[in-house]
Amino acid sequence: MDFNFTEEQSMVRDTVASFLQDKYDFETRRKIVSSDAGWRADYWKAFAEELGILGASFSEELGGLGGGAIDNMIIMEEFGKALVIEPYLGTVVIGGGFMKHSGYAGAASVIEGIVGGATTIAFAYAEPQARYTWQDLKTTAKKDGAGWTLNGHKAVVVGAPFATHLVVTARTGGAQRDAGGVSVFLVDKSLPGIVTRDYPTVDGSRASEVYFENVSLPADALIAEDGLPLVNKVIDEATAAVGAEAVGVLRKLHEGTLDYAKQRKQFGTSIANFQVLQHRMVDMFIELEQSVSMTYMATIKLDESDAERAKAVSAMKVRVGRACKFVGQNAIQIHGGMGMTDELAIGHYFKRASLIEGLFGSVDHHLKRYESLSFDAAA
Amino acid sequence: MNLDFSPEDVAFRDEVRAFIAEHYPAGLRDKQEEGEEMAKEDFLSWHRTLANKGWVAPAWPEKYGGPGWTSVQRYIWSEETARADCVPILPFGINMVGPVIYTFGTPEQKERFLPPTLSGDIWWSQGYSEPGAGSDLASLKTKAERFTGDDGKEYYLVNGQKTWTTLAQHGDWIFCLVRTDPTAKIQEGISFLLIDMKSPGVTVRPIITLGGEHEVNEVWLENVKVPVENRIFDENKGWTCAKFLLAHERSGIAGVARSKRGIERIRQIASAELSDDGQALIKDPMFKRKVAELEIDLTALEYTELRTLAGEAAGKGPGPESSLLKIKGTEIQQRITELVLEAAGHYDAPYFRGFPKDGDNAHPIGPDFAHRAAPTYFNVRKTSIYGGSNEIQRNIIAKMVLGL
Repeated sequence: MDFNFTEEQSMVRDTVASFLQDKYDFETRRKIVSSDAGWRADYWKAFAEELGILGASFSEELGGLGGGAIDNMIIMEEFGKALVIEPYLGTVVIGGGFMKHSGYAGAASVIEGIVGGATTIAFAYAEPQARYTWQDLKTTAKKDGAGWTLNGHKAVVVGAPFATHLVVTARTGGAQRDAGGVSVFLVDKSLPGIVTRDYPTVDGSRASEVYFENVSLPADALIAEDGLPLVNKVIDEATAAVGAEAVGVLRKLHEGTLDYAKQRKQFGTSIANFQVLQHRMVDMFIELEQSVSMTYMATIKLDESDAERAKAVSAMKVRVGRACKFVGQNAIQIHGGMGMTDELAIGHYFKRASLIEGLFGSVDHHLKRYESLSFDAAA
Repeated sequence: MNLDFSPEDVAFRDEVRAFIAEHYPAGLRDKQEEGEEMAKEDFLSWHRTLANKGWVAPAWPEKYGGPGWTSVQRYIWSEETARADCVPILPFGINMVGPVIYTFGTPEQKERFLPPTLSGDIWWSQGYSEPGAGSDLASLKTKAERFTGDDGKEYYLVNGQKTWTTLAQHGDWIFCLVRTDPTAKIQEGISFLLIDMKSPGVTVRPIITLGGEHEVNEVWLENVKVPVENRIFDENKGWTCAKFLLAHERSGIAGVARSKRGIERIRQIASAELSDDGQALIKDPMFKRKVAELEIDLTALEYTELRTLAGEAAGKGPGPESSLLKIKGTEIQQRITELVLEAAGHYDAPYFRGFPKDGDNAHPIGPDFAHRAAPTYFNVRKTSIYGGSNEIQRNIIAKMVLGL
């Protein structure tokens, strides 16, 4: 049993942290968010070439640096601390995850594109009617000669405006909510018939509604046919990575609140001297520490059996989701009126925390999933 | 970062399991599982079994009689003893005064007190709280005045009252915080004294708690003569020992392994009990939800404790973060007893103290688990109060960790 990071993992953390400290301060981020592009393609290039982190979580056989999920955890936590917009989750964790686990023939060249920074990926999985049931799909891919014809509407595809490619879940068989017939495609975003409506998200990123209107896909667009277990696995990995991002966000919310409470004076003293606020900040600290523990736990268990992995990830997301709400809301409360302003960073961390709460499933969703794995399956 | 046990650890776990299976009596296991009150001999027989094996004090250094286990082995030990419903080893000697003596005591004190503490020949009581000194422990008033006896030796004359003294009715010795300098600042006039409870002037009076148990006591000290050589560490430096002891007391207080066993027991109970709709209680969505949340929160506590243990293995002592383990650990212990009580339904009510419940097996009074459900629920309310209340633990984190 061991909770230490290897030398390579610590190096990844230091590299990312020092880059973000120099180049991703809050004012810089504000400029990125309000720019036309909404992200920094040159930073992405730097992640690939200067920092080399885009390959950190791929094995050496796949052209990476030999790391894995722990590297994703480390990088996502640091990204959380700086509220990084750039599409690491979609590209490396999710796109890369499908490449690692699918046995897809073109995986090596896609990973080469990811590691080198040329390929950016957004995950088009959600649909307007489907909430958190990944197999609830109206999007269809119909066999058309050697290739496929794709039709459907994907909701809130985060990072789509920055992406060269989409990973799309689509039905190749079965009824709308069947477990069977869920297939995964890698879609070049420049193909004819793809209509996107791009918009900003409340936490500073960009997303698209993506409409596929008789899009002709080549045969090699198919990553996995009838692959719901694969989709579940990759989404679990993504959820673990989002847990790590949450840890970074929560650290900043907690730290920022402590700093503010120490300097803010009311009734002739710093408000940090009030026991009612001290205990609240202790409870925030406890929520944070438990989120760290759960994120480690879930990340370490990603390679266990499907049921064990799913249980671990759902347990994590329940605790982290609760922590996002508790720490986020109390950070604003303790900042008082200043917490309501756009000017301070704290509100921006709160916004991200609030969206993470529901990302890849709300607390209720994961609690139900945990129950069905922990009780119903066993009974 | 990984969670795997090494082959050595697995072998150790098997050895522990085999030892418990061979040496731990089924009668004790059943009493422990049902939460029944333990007699003095119940505690002592298992203590002695472990002392003979050299396993009674997992955290002690080898030179004082510890087994020399790694932190992972100690973790395995606590898991396995909890799984098997072993009677807990009482903390007062092994976890509290023992480490104080080997850390602060003189060679003579170590030689005199450590071996009988290990063997179980000394039953230790803890003389900390007083009627006027609970959370504000440093305001204690029991005084110890120095005098020279007729034999020409130095003594303290101790007068005062200690309270909430757990199982002092069995006590041989009591370790006390006493005020040796009434003029000094509040924390600076305190000394740490070991007092033979057979000394004239020591009176133990029972306090009966909500479940009807005689678990705690008042200990009155009236003109008790205590040799100066029974003082641990310097005069007026007892607060140093007290703080050291409290930090040790908090480590292990999370009780993760016992709570895991508690949740397993709830699952068994709720599989047998029925809910309103005639299905097993464990299938009731509301009840199931509470058990699921408990499991998830226990997982969070478990991994937080493992991180703390990893930190300790890397040379960090049990720090103020252990207050977090105390808060969450005791909350979970309490929630477990709440759910057992809830599962009992109508049979939360029957009270068996002094009542011959085994008189007529053909006409039972409710399920066995329910007999102690309410008394245990009442009793476990203590956990968020003792060892520094959970509010005090929050003060500690606020001050020591958050720098507030």
